[in-house]
Amino acid sequence: MSNAKTRTIKVDALARVEGEGALDLRIRDGVVTELKFRIYEPPRFFEAFLRGRMYSEAPDITARICGICPIAYMLGASQAMEQALGVAVTGTLRDLRRLIYCGEWIESHVLHAAMLHAPDFLGMQDAFELAKVHPEVVNSALELKKLGNHILEVVGGRAIHPVNLKVGGFYRAPATAKVRALIAPLRRGITQGAELGRLFGSFSFPDYEDDYTFVCLKHPDEYAIHEGRVVSNRRLDIPIDDYLVHFQEDHIRHSTALHGTTRKGEPYMVGPLARYAMNYEQLTPIARALASELGLGPVVRNPFKSILVRMVETVLACEEALRLAESYTEPAAGAVAITPRAGVGHGLTEAPRGICYHRYRLDDEGRILDARIMPPTSQNQPQIEADLRGVVQANLNLSNDELQWRCEQTIRNYDPCISCSTHFLKLNVVRE
Amino acid sequence: MSCGNSGVAPLVFGIGNRDRGDDGVGRHIAARLAAAGLDAVEHSGDGADLLNEWPRDRAVIVIDAMRSGAAPGSIRRFDAVAAPLPAGVFALSSHALGLAFAVEMARTLARLPPALTVIGIEIERVATGAELSPAVAAAADRLVAELMDERARGDRPPSLRAAGEAIQG
Repeated sequence: MSNAKTRTIKVDALARVEGEGALDLRIRDGVVTELKFRIYEPPRFFEAFLRGRMYSEAPDITARICGICPIAYMLGASQAMEQALGVAVTGTLRDLRRLIYCGEWIESHVLHAAMLHAPDFLGMQDAFELAKVHPEVVNSALELKKLGNHILEVVGGRAIHPVNLKVGGFYRAPATAKVRALIAPLRRGITQGAELGRLFGSFSFPDYEDDYTFVCLKHPDEYAIHEGRVVSNRRLDIPIDDYLVHFQEDHIRHSTALHGTTRKGEPYMVGPLARYAMNYEQLTPIARALASELGLGPVVRNPFKSILVRMVETVLACEEALRLAESYTEPAAGAVAITPRAGVGHGLTEAPRGICYHRYRLDDEGRILDARIMPPTSQNQPQIEADLRGVVQANLNLSNDELQWRCEQTIRNYDPCISCSTHFLKLNVVRE
Repeated sequence: MSCGNSGVAPLVFGIGNRDRGDDGVGRHIAARLAAAGLDAVEHSGDGADLLNEWPRDRAVIVIDAMRSGAAPGSIRRFDAVAAPLPAGVFALSSHALGLAFAVEMARTLARLPPALTVIGIEIERVATGAELSPAVAAAADRLVAELMDERARGDRPPSLRAAGEAIQG
């Protein structure tokens, strides 16, 4: 098989990713001659239909971009508006935002790592096979996901597309007792997250590394989630306002999602591996101990180990949420007052999959003149293609079936959310 | 075990999205049943979360929008303990894990309730922000009346009857 001159692998609909996409791969004389990670879902025109809407509508409208990570959109939009309108959300309201974002990291990371990605490492087709062999994994994952969802309900009013977030803060701050009731399940969540991490640590990981350009938020006082400056391991350190000065999106023929690159046209990586490498010193104690136990150094360059870093971040999110819940007291007001004015604002937060960037321009009544949104998957898309090329080139000895499996696993390293990037996977491989 | 709870009325989950027209019919019905004093709750339909909510010792009814090709407003009952749900019929959500996931994962993990009846209502349209279409609204009225009547008679779902008989046998 591997001696054939031409090999074609076609995956017409990738499973276990959010949204629909495909992969076309052509190999000639042992060299990858064509590799297209195609995203063919229709474009959704969010940026266009935000024009003319009021600043206050952007969080709820953009939340609809994603059912898995609505907080990334709601907070990115809210914080962009707040910057444009000259207000700051601080103190307990800021803590509540970090708390609900921790809930989103927990539910999204656990869903992906345990239910969608773990089967790849065990030679299993899906979470049902996993549940037969390791019911304890699935039961723990379901409980952790429920915990994440519950945080969204307590702070955000409901788990999918929360309704309690707005520009300036919250419609109504949750009662002290409701937030404090999260303490016991969060303590349990730390233990469960670490147990899942240890189990995933026993997987065998494909031997593959790359010298990635990691891009993420960094904050002086905490493992950055929703505030900070944009940094990279190539010595970039910029305010979020300058994001479009350094990063760009291009249309390419084979994808309805835009392709994000640096201004030099190079791919970069956003998401767990980037955050972990750039913010390692700020890991919470149990998350850091877990990383150490799993044999992870301060930088992880093997993309297949992203499943471990997701569990480290899950534990971190539980620890952070616990700290915030323990210190919470219901504030007098749920939001700061807003006075509309003309301006431009940027919002940039760490969605579970990586940087989610928003920019809006408002008129003097607070009406949106134009909007720009860069979701994480479109930024990772060129890096996913680069990884695929590298992984295929390093595994030409594999049969087509094995190669297809490895390619799908490679794509799932990124927890791609095709629904968000427009919205993903079919794999087509030609060996010539 | 189920014998001790066989007199308890089923817990009803109405799932869907109220902002997508007929997709919200299950939630409309659950709200009306709850207002009439029955144990009924609205739920988003997130499969992973839904199975966490199912009691292990009490019969469950799930009401959801269905797209099977039948006439709009048609009502079908499925005994989900006896057999998997038909493929694709309840796949309306844009989210990854829906009702069929919940049922099969609960079966795999031995976490199915003692009885699980899924009631599907064939829908007509899922336009954003729309009201229920007339045929679906009429079906909702019929189903509310049926479930109230069954509650008044103390009927139990078929799979619970079977389980109870088996245990008694």
